Amino acid sequence: MSDAILDIPLDMTNPVEPFLRMDRMPHIWCPACGIGTTVNCFARALESSKLDLNKVAIVSGIGCTGRVAGYANLDSFHTTHGRAIPFATGLKLSNPELQVVVYSGDGDLFAIGGNHFIHAARRNMDIKVICVNNLTYAMTGGQTGPATPTEVISATSPYGVFEPSFNLVQMAEAAGASYVARWTTYHVKQLSRAMEEVLHKKGFCFIEVLSPCPTLYQRRNKMGDGLDAMKFYKQVSKVRNGAPTSECALTRAGEIVVGKFVDRDRPDYLELLTHQMKETLGDRYADPEVTTCSEG
Amino acid sequence: MHADPKGVLTGVHFLDGDHACCEGTLAAGARFAAGYPITPSTEVVERFAWRIPTVGGIFIQMEDELAASIAIQGAVWGGAKAFTVTSGPGFSLMMEHIGYAAITETPCVFVNVQRGGPSTGLPTLPAQADMMQARWGSHGDYSIIALCPNSPQECFDLTVTGFNLAEEFRVPVMMMLDECVGHMTEKVVIPESDQIAITPRRFTHQSPEEFRLFKPKEDLVPDMVKAGDGYRFHVTGLTHDERGYPSMNVETQDKLVRRMQDKLKPFTNGRALFEAVNLDDAEVVVVSYGITSRVAQRATQMARAQGVKAGIFRLITAWPFPEQHIRELAGRVKAFVVPELNLGQMVHEVERHAAGRAKVISVPHAGGTVHKPEVILKAILEAAR
Ligand SMILES: Cc1ncc(C[n+]2csc(CCOP(=O)(O)OP(=O)(O)O)c2C)c(N)n1
Ligand code: SF4
Ligand SMILES: [Mg+2]
Repeated sequence: MSDAILDIPLDMTNPVEPFLRMDRMPHIWCPACGIGTTVNCFARALESSKLDLNKVAIVSGIGCTGRVAGYANLDSFHTTHGRAIPFATGLKLSNPELQVVVYSGDGDLFAIGGNHFIHAARRNMDIKVICVNNLTYAMTGGQTGPATPTEVISATSPYGVFEPSFNLVQMAEAAGASYVARWTTYHVKQLSRAMEEVLHKKGFCFIEVLSPCPTLYQRRNKMGDGLDAMKFYKQVSKVRNGAPTSECALTRAGEIVVGKFVDRDRPDYLELLTHQMKETLGDRYADPEVTTCSEG
Repeated sequence: MHADPKGVLTGVHFLDGDHACCEGTLAAGARFAAGYPITPSTEVVERFAWRIPTVGGIFIQMEDELAASIAIQGAVWGGAKAFTVTSGPGFSLMMEHIGYAAITETPCVFVNVQRGGPSTGLPTLPAQADMMQARWGSHGDYSIIALCPNSPQECFDLTVTGFNLAEEFRVPVMMMLDECVGHMTEKVVIPESDQIAITPRRFTHQSPEEFRLFKPKEDLVPDMVKAGDGYRFHVTGLTHDERGYPSMNVETQDKLVRRMQDKLKPFTNGRALFEAVNLDDAEVVVVSYGITSRVAQRATQMARAQGVKAGIFRLITAWPFPEQHIRELAGRVKAFVVPELNLGQMVHEVERHAAGRAKVISVPHAGGTVHKPEVILKAILEAAR
């Protein structure tokens, strides 16, 4: 990403506008919500990726983050709660020239959709998963989710969360992801760069973005507003590229290890499938022509 | 348009209903299937997994039925014809995505080989107890098409029809087999590909600037696009306007939900698929579908041998229910007899549309096997009295 686009006069149209559906603005997100920041980074990543945007599709589940698909000026799908990944799987396999991005929340991807996440990682499905982790179920009012750290107060844990949370990056690595990174909405440049990187990387890629929900999570836990969240991220984040993901668990107020943790090459699902079929069927194997349903 | 010969296994075969159904999907042009194993339906995708690599397409075994039922919809929006297959518990898990297919008008096919329920029930034995679930199982108001084959030959033929109807009306289509039809082996004739009519996807001819994803045509069905063609469209399960944008208001909801219902109106009369057997002079009409219709055939023959004029109205499109046909028959016959492998489901529809003008006798069965013809015969004789 060039630094120049971060340095624009105020009277210019916003450079991310071409990547958004401006006819849908204003968006539904609260002031100081971190989701918008991640979308800004995503737009900049799309721009610097130089990809043909007609060939990029975005799939979301349900939640505040699930609304991202609807604002992206791409072929976009707002699916059902937890099922963005299997939808994306079908989309990618039927139309492999698409670059398919899944953009969803921590609850969506790791509670109701957790099973799909690990299986897509296991298969090394060629999709890019961006998880906005606001540590809560925001859309429904700030309940406890699988990423909520212990001791946090939530709408369904009024006396404090006591069940352990998932370490998302460790789970992604263990399940087989080709690329695993974590950033926060304070790290906009690094996040943008990571997003651009995965747009050019084959296989199952996962980026966790720690993102503030001032309206519910911050307020309930007396963590201040959006600006306080930035100060907090700045204070407690440590960049440790290549850190073992087992050392990257999150706590309520402790260190946030950020960086790129995994970047490896494994054959993806379609490569494995093609290889296996050619091996066993030889000339009898017919290349998938899945999208032929309009031809006569 | 005719079937792509690559998928058509032209010839005379000896197949069970599940395998014939699979050949139907291939002839219809399905090149993507996602499934999760469950008895007694797995054979459909087992055959697909075996056949598809040489035809040109993909089968993926997903981690559960929730995944399978949404993966096929991703594939459809990517441009494929796609389907999934399940039974009992798996059908229950698919319900949310049947609603998603309905509101997003995603043409796709759900094959349900019915087994005894509720819950795990009778995994290997027949029932027809998911008929109401097929119609009403997902939340909210919506409409679907459900087809009930009663032989392996029809498993082939109607699967092709099912895919065609899904494309024409942009609805999820349910293939409502039962364990008996799925597992019975009979002669299946698969015609030459140029004898098999195929309904292509209704891809728009409009430019991305003019096109609106959910703007209906005259038949109330909107034209479609696929991802990757530059339309930059949005699909959501939220109530949406003609652009496909979420719109949380009463007017949009009313317009959308009514249109989804109204676009299938042709089926309540003219487009309904059914088989009429000996109805011309019938005083008692057995309304039946699937495997039960074959038992009913024996029962009506026995009734005729005893001098009772019995006929059969066989539901092929169970949903939308052929209301008008039942209304017309109710005006001229004495009674309807409705045997089903459930404790009375479609019989309520018959009662509703007979509206008191003809007697309606339910012949329930909890499932696990088929009716004895004598039980249906007894009801026919009673009805004729
Ligand atoms: C099947 C189903 N269960 C529950 C819900 C309600 N629901 C909507 S969003 C949501 C949680 C979203 O949390 P997350 O994915 O973290 O997204 P966020 O709103 O925090 O961005 C829930 C439980 C639903 N829409 N569907
Ligand atoms: S509730 Fe929280 S996550 Fe949702 S838009 Fe508001 S600040 Fe953002
Ligand atoms: Mg969340």
